[in-house]
Amino acid sequence: MCLAIPAQVKSIDGHQAIVEIGGVTRQASIQLTPEAKVGDYVLLHTGYAINIIDQDEAEETLKLLRELSEIY
Amino acid sequence: MKFINEYCDRELANKLVARIHHQSTKPIKLMEFCGGHTTAIFKYGIRQLLPKTIEMLSGPGCPVCVTANSDLDKAVALAHLPNVIITSFGDMIRVPGSYSSLQLAKAEGDNVRVVYSTQDAIAIARDNPDKSVIFIGIGFETTAPTIAASIQQAEQENINNYYVLSLHKLSPPIMKAILDMGELKLDGIICPGHVSTIIGSYPYQFIPDNYGIASVISGFEPVDILLCVDMLVNQIESGQPRVEIAYRRGVKPEGNQPALEIMDTVFEVCPANWRGIGSVPSSGLRLKQQYQQFDAESNFTIDPEPTQEPQGCICGNVLRGVSRPPECKLFRTACTPEHPVGPCMVSSEGSCATYYHYGVDDGE
Amino acid sequence: MENRIMLAHGSGGKLSHDLIEKTLLSTLGNPILNKLDDSAVFDLCGRLAFTTDSYTVSPIFFPGGDIGKLAVCGTVNDLAMSGATPLYLSLSFIIEEGFLTRELEKIVASICQTANEANVQIITGDTKVVNKGSADKLFINTSGIGLVPSGIDISGANAQPGDKIILNGKLGEHGIAVLSRREGIELNVPVGSDCAPLNKVVAEMLEISTNIHCLRDPTRGGLATTLNEFAQQSNVGIKIEEDSLPANEAVLAACELLGFDPLHMANEGKLVAIVAPADADKILTKMRQNQYGTEANIIGEVVEEHPGRVVMKTHLGSSRIVDMPVGELLPRIC
Repeated sequence: MCLAIPAQVKSIDGHQAIVEIGGVTRQASIQLTPEAKVGDYVLLHTGYAINIIDQDEAEETLKLLRELSEIY
Repeated sequence: MKFINEYCDRELANKLVARIHHQSTKPIKLMEFCGGHTTAIFKYGIRQLLPKTIEMLSGPGCPVCVTANSDLDKAVALAHLPNVIITSFGDMIRVPGSYSSLQLAKAEGDNVRVVYSTQDAIAIARDNPDKSVIFIGIGFETTAPTIAASIQQAEQENINNYYVLSLHKLSPPIMKAILDMGELKLDGIICPGHVSTIIGSYPYQFIPDNYGIASVISGFEPVDILLCVDMLVNQIESGQPRVEIAYRRGVKPEGNQPALEIMDTVFEVCPANWRGIGSVPSSGLRLKQQYQQFDAESNFTIDPEPTQEPQGCICGNVLRGVSRPPECKLFRTACTPEHPVGPCMVSSEGSCATYYHYGVDDGE
Repeated sequence: MENRIMLAHGSGGKLSHDLIEKTLLSTLGNPILNKLDDSAVFDLCGRLAFTTDSYTVSPIFFPGGDIGKLAVCGTVNDLAMSGATPLYLSLSFIIEEGFLTRELEKIVASICQTANEANVQIITGDTKVVNKGSADKLFINTSGIGLVPSGIDISGANAQPGDKIILNGKLGEHGIAVLSRREGIELNVPVGSDCAPLNKVVAEMLEISTNIHCLRDPTRGGLATTLNEFAQQSNVGIKIEEDSLPANEAVLAACELLGFDPLHMANEGKLVAIVAPADADKILTKMRQNQYGTEANIIGEVVEEHPGRVVMKTHLGSSRIVDMPVGELLPRIC
């Protein structure tokens, strides 16, 4: 239950932000993520940012995966 | 698209597939509880990539499919009222209740509008002060905070013609109910992704603690799902069930506190009626007393006809993971996406629709 | 106060004639149309292709086009997909009372520009005005006549195992351009409709090869519908590769956001060609020389297995069935 897409915060005006993904922009509410800043990536669900993506964790996951052994 | 494309990487996927094949020695059953996972697993052909030891089951993770006929009938009855505009996410529009659907109601002249966001519903309420705008509130914990936020916004802006029909459901209680039914012997659970973004990982602790079942929270891209399966297999093979987060970029153990607070301010937990399962205690949300002015059920009198269940439909069994869609006598015959009998065929992420569209006929 | 179309403009009297002269003939005029006889009379010899379509798109103005451009391209393309050279169109308007005259003029100008590009003439027409609320601003119907050169036999039933499948460019631009402007969705998408007349690119393809078996434009229902139609009509299987589909990043992003499948999105300037394998490369080269084919690619082939079904090899290497969409595309949360 689930359709939430990573989008980047481009500007903020009070509780409203403009977010962007792949060149597409939309207005989004940051009522649920008041600490979001311009430049952050958020998960966009039905016009609301429901979480701020942890970019360090994202990179860490990819790093671990890349280091997995190829040989079995 | 950042944070999507990297998790579609073929090489990373292949590595995980190889690991899973290497690790998995005994037959196991894994169940997901999230419509988004149901769709992603089929869309990316994940089942083809996994070893035959792993059986993938779908649980009641589609909020449309689990909405009881009686609740759908309420939504349609509200649509028939004069001076009402029904606003709804697209998912609900075609779902048949006992007699009708919101789509049919619209064709008959009722004012029914699809919206992408509750913000659009609020805008419609603002633009139509002489009408009552009722939002059909479905969804799990991912969506409930957004509806709660919309109610707070309506309160702050003195919008008095915005109402919500709260049909929201909660994930951990239904997972417990399914496990307590004992119909299936599960080895692992693919925990919902964006529900967990809101509620975190602690609410799933009862699963390994009380049932000894492995639990991993998954994202939605193919690498995310394969990583989750890899972690589940690891827990199961080592006999160490616990709650882990595979979707670390999207989920923190404590969840999203502001979202949980908004939800808690506006909603309270109540029993809910789940299609095919019945009433499950503490598994739904209703508006708190101080927000009754926004509650559609309290403010409108409706008298829908007695609820009828579709004959021959085994959506309930499908939702509990007990039957696969091809086992239903109506599958692909009387029940198709063009002429659906039950919601599992209508909803874009219902099991039956997914099996149908992705051409799965046997127990693949 | 702006000029608007009133009921009287459709009732056949002086105001009707005024509208026809000032707004329609002045822009679209040609010797046959200018006669304003009850029927257009002309000489034509040979095998004819005839098609009709009605256009009810909302909003009527969208990035990359408008309902007028669409009304010409749609009908021209239907003729072209039969291998016909489009020649003449009819043009009927059903206008809602109160429609702004300047918007009608803009649409007529667009029709004229597109007809000129496609080298077709509007030779007969009709205008009706209906009460406010009886039509959503403007509906248009165009019917078209073209000539099919001898020796051309293009049909959805002609696909054979071994044939290659060619798509002339990126998917989903029209569908997303229009949907993103709908009330309740309002996405800012840097994508314009791909609406375009394809008769010239088809003519160039036919000059290069006589082994084009099937042609269709994947409009409503998208590429998925067109390929399934071919598979069923020809009773063959179709295999495509996800990695070979030309894609627009913004379209993919908008589809992710709304929960749509790009294979289900409408296109108005795209064609799918199923061609004999020996000619595929030279047809592709020719298409890429045309402005409406620069991003053309071979996206798959026709096979004997799984007749009637379309299977896609995903980016990961797994396979999945590609089914037609059901019903209206609605944005979803799940």
